[in-house]
Amino acid sequence: MASLIAKTPCAGILPLKIGQLRLEEPAPAPITSIAPFSGKDRAVASALKALGLGWPAPDRAVTGAAGACLWSGRGQAFLLGVAPEGMAGIAALTDQSDGWARIALEGPGAEAVLARLVALDIGAAAFPAGSTARTGLGHMMALLWRSAPERFEIFVFRSMARTAVHELETAMRACAARAVVDHG
Amino acid sequence: MRITCPLCGQRDRREFTCYGDAVYADRPAEGAGPGAWDAYLHLRDNPAGETRDLWYHEMGCSAWIEVTRDTVTHEIAATRLLAERGGARPSGGGISATKKPRGSGRGTRT
Repeated sequence: MASLIAKTPCAGILPLKIGQLRLEEPAPAPITSIAPFSGKDRAVASALKALGLGWPAPDRAVTGAAGACLWSGRGQAFLLGVAPEGMAGIAALTDQSDGWARIALEGPGAEAVLARLVALDIGAAAFPAGSTARTGLGHMMALLWRSAPERFEIFVFRSMARTAVHELETAMRACAARAVVDHG
Repeated sequence: MRITCPLCGQRDRREFTCYGDAVYADRPAEGAGPGAWDAYLHLRDNPAGETRDLWYHEMGCSAWIEVTRDTVTHEIAATRLLAERGGARPSGGGISATKKPRGSGRGTRT
């Protein structure tokens, strides 16, 4: 039997540091999509509360000591970092851990980089820390999460990892070059 | 042009895919005659005024949205989840539909 080598989606292409910005791949963590069955919304919310989290409102994330729960679409959320205990039978649970590339963009000016790729107001007023959005990153479907004021986590399909990193790196270099032109 | 997703708020039109007249969602019942299928597939009103379209929030939350717009003024009067037509609560998604979208809740002109 073939001996497969476990690799994270961005192995070999991250981390990057350009100017004051860092692009890195967070440590691998379980991702489970949760889609509550009909009439089980409250039960699912209670199960998430027991994990120290909760069901997120649209475009929001709920974070706790153990992990986070990100709104990821109509009737669907992504549970990060913890196992979906207590939800068997009341929600469709799908292990998505290896299906998504998770990329963190961190540092001053991260907004300006993403503004080149995302057709959405991601300024701090409209998109404060704790916000999520299902939107496009360039031509890729993405889940965007502002996990801290100067930190964005970007989820794209694993097959898009190299393209996403390339797009982000290009935008980071362009912003860094612009900063040199503007400020010497 | 922006469309107000009932869940995500105002989003760029490029995030959506248009599926034409909302009649597309009213599939004939099982056993319906050829006339009903012909009308469903081929016959569309062409109103000068209010009409309803189906849009799919493909690059977003994957919701199907019914958009009420005016073919004369291009004004979008309302958007709602297709799953909420007839007063039904979307299955498995009730707790997801609790947020008022950002903005005025009305669409913008093209």
